[in-house]
Amino acid sequence: MLLRHTTDKVVERKALTVNPAKTCQPVGAMYAALGIHGCLPHSHGSQGCCSYHRSALTRHYKEPVMAATSSFTEGSSVFGGQSNLMQAITNIFTIYEPEIIAVHSTCLSETIGDDLGQIVNKARTDDKVPEGKHVIHAATPSYVGSHVTGYANMLEGIVKYFANNTDELINQINLLAGWVEPSDMRELKRLMKLMKVRNVLLPDTSDVLDTPMNGHYEMYPKGGTTIPEMASMGNSLHTIGLGEWATKLAAIKLDNQCKVNFTIEDLPIGLKATDRFIQALSRVASVSVPDSINDERGRLVDVITDMHQYLYGKRVALWGDPDQLIPLTEFLVDMDMKPVYIVSGTPGKQFDKRMKALLEDKVPEAKYKNGANADMFLMHQWIKEEPVDLLIGNTYGKYIARDENIPFVRMGFPILDRIGHSYFPTIGYMGGIRILEKILSVVMERQDTNCPEEAFELTM
Amino acid sequence: MERLIKERTKQIHTIGTTAHELDCEKKSLAGSVSQRACVFCGSRVVLYPIADALHLIHGPIGCAAYTWDIRGALSSGPQLHRLSFSTDLREKDVVFGGEPKLYKALTELIEAYQPKAAFVYSTCIVGVIGDDVEAICRQVSKEQNIQVLPVMAEGFKGTKKDGYKAACDALSLLVGTDNTYEAPPFSINILGDFNLAGELWMLKDYYSKIGVNIITCLTGDGRVDEIRKAHKASLNVVQCSGSMMHLAREMKDKYGIPFKKVSYFGIEDMADALYEVASFFKSDELMDKARQLVGDELSELLPALAPFKLKLQGKKAAIYVGGAFKAISLVKALRLIGMETAVVGSQTGNRDDYMLLKKLCDEGTVIVDDSNPNELSEFVKEKGVNLFIGGVKERPIAYKLGIGFCDHNHERKEALAGFEGMLNFAHEVCASVTSPVWKFFK
Repeated sequence: MLLRHTTDKVVERKALTVNPAKTCQPVGAMYAALGIHGCLPHSHGSQGCCSYHRSALTRHYKEPVMAATSSFTEGSSVFGGQSNLMQAITNIFTIYEPEIIAVHSTCLSETIGDDLGQIVNKARTDDKVPEGKHVIHAATPSYVGSHVTGYANMLEGIVKYFANNTDELINQINLLAGWVEPSDMRELKRLMKLMKVRNVLLPDTSDVLDTPMNGHYEMYPKGGTTIPEMASMGNSLHTIGLGEWATKLAAIKLDNQCKVNFTIEDLPIGLKATDRFIQALSRVASVSVPDSINDERGRLVDVITDMHQYLYGKRVALWGDPDQLIPLTEFLVDMDMKPVYIVSGTPGKQFDKRMKALLEDKVPEAKYKNGANADMFLMHQWIKEEPVDLLIGNTYGKYIARDENIPFVRMGFPILDRIGHSYFPTIGYMGGIRILEKILSVVMERQDTNCPEEAFELTM
Repeated sequence: MERLIKERTKQIHTIGTTAHELDCEKKSLAGSVSQRACVFCGSRVVLYPIADALHLIHGPIGCAAYTWDIRGALSSGPQLHRLSFSTDLREKDVVFGGEPKLYKALTELIEAYQPKAAFVYSTCIVGVIGDDVEAICRQVSKEQNIQVLPVMAEGFKGTKKDGYKAACDALSLLVGTDNTYEAPPFSINILGDFNLAGELWMLKDYYSKIGVNIITCLTGDGRVDEIRKAHKASLNVVQCSGSMMHLAREMKDKYGIPFKKVSYFGIEDMADALYEVASFFKSDELMDKARQLVGDELSELLPALAPFKLKLQGKKAAIYVGGAFKAISLVKALRLIGMETAVVGSQTGNRDDYMLLKKLCDEGTVIVDDSNPNELSEFVKEKGVNLFIGGVKERPIAYKLGIGFCDHNHERKEALAGFEGMLNFAHEVCASVTSPVWKFFK
């Protein structure tokens, strides 16, 4: 029992987080920055931060993840990190030759009061930034929000720097992707193409963190949103942000800065959220929904129909980030499953409100919590009080899955011990089928393994 | 290599052609894609294997999240070390101070788990906002009647190596606190093994077979009560010298316990480790048993290695690891299976380590300190390397370049120490270097 130290009863905790269901802002900023083309993320803080974030992303994607660090010393923490960042900018453009450096702060540089904007400006006026190259920045104090907040802040930073309204309306929409996988970014682009919607997708980690093996190591792979694309976002017809936590800040920034109206939708996970996304697209881009997409929807509904008897009433525990958990919860409820425990370390008042609306009538027994002390330890205690049939979440659930012997579907960040998330999307109708297939595989496998011999079925 | 900038050239040395000595133990250049980590990381990886202690990380959540059960340090009993405890500092705490939160969290934890001791890790931000971690530790120590040890590991205070020192400082508060124990003859401590993939259990087996008693291992499969008795040993046997030398030196000064530096990787070094201990005790019996054991092991191992050597003969390797001492063993181990080392480097090696490497390696070998992915991939291409030995961040780069890989760091999947480990190593290297996958890319 790896988690033998979990107490059976839920104990009130005031100051302690055990087995977190979140991590800190900078890794989100790093991931978002990797989704722009030719960009080297830069961590303004101690070396360890950068090393940890790169390791975390490398473990999740099995891909090289490059980022530089200001390598703070005791001196920088007393006198400020300005000289470190100035030197870093020079060194990076000389050695690593990126198009863009995306600087994010850390708890250390924030607390000592480094002003990234001011330092970056000084670098520009001191000619440390070569012609045609760019340095963008985002404040990502680790003690505020979570990794999702860092992602949101970096998206805002990107938009703030690049998006420009030149008064020529372009017939395209901006699609701000919440924190999803390269496979999902690819799927978003496929759906846009089917819908015949011209668009800029920001960020876009496909062809960055899912690169093919060809015997070469490219520090800047071919993927990522390009500078002209990002600049043109200021002239778009409309912005759709997918996921409030991850994209709302950038959408608002685009509106304020370039007068591009926006709509925030849930990440298109599951049936209804994808419906809403497709409708929103159709509405803002004034296009009709093609038969091919309606067929995909039909196929998803068909699979649910075929298999609903295996889903009915199954109790599910899920954890991760609010942007994923909200549409996923909705999808599970739509399939007559019971998402009974939901935990996210990411704070945000909307979480309770949304969950209440989704669960109040259909799953009144559901417990959900986000923010402080909403961690995997609490989740485990809830499960010990009354078990569930299925776990859905990131790899950190594997201890509970093993100790409590519960089928487990991996979804979210990080996934450190399985592959697939880089290649098979979980968004859109086809993504819905994949989620369903994964759920059914573990649930039915469990039935095959555990049922009495006489009830063992060939056809299911 | 025109992209190498001037400041870096001093930390790169090609045997036979470079005139200057290798520079090392320098701070990383700001703006480098360094593979190094921080002080906190160093202390955390060293102390974390102590399985019946509490490990509370005082800082924002990231420091705890990223070090949650990442090392694969196995415990034969308690698993408390595999949980992640954090004070999860928020903006309010940063402004008003994190001491009340630390006090509460520590108290809650100790009351819930009744651990044998508690380590409290201080992170970057704690050093800046000025929490008096030591005072809180003293207070809780008194109230709860257990040892609460502050680990002063603010990330910016140096490199990972300084974290090792912070860990040793904390450990030295624990060592020597149990005087009731009388050690049997031939008692040693193992310093600097972390029981990755169960390696310590193999070593313990070897030592017990030759008649040596192990009081404690610092810190693999570590237990607080054993560490308290560590000062009763006659000898400290130190592996991974980077991490544990401070403690070894301190125990020598304080308790007069001599130490020996050993390595358990590769058959020569493994055999030497046993012989060194036997000769230290000046016991013919121990020495005979050690010779017997080495002979027995080798008579099985050498024939088993032969087929691997046949396949790997003449292949080239690049090594980039945390400590240079390990690199030295790896060069020898690779040689044993027919491979030569074309590139070798470390994050934190010192001058002595690099001098030794220079003596050991062939002409043309590149030696590098605190390298980055660009440099490493250039060297690898230039030298036509077939195998890369490194850690988590190097693996995907090696694969993208189309060469085999062996993780000799936290993510090793099999025990690589000892005689058995040598066979695992050969097997893992061979499987990767000769994989058909390298033929599939264009």
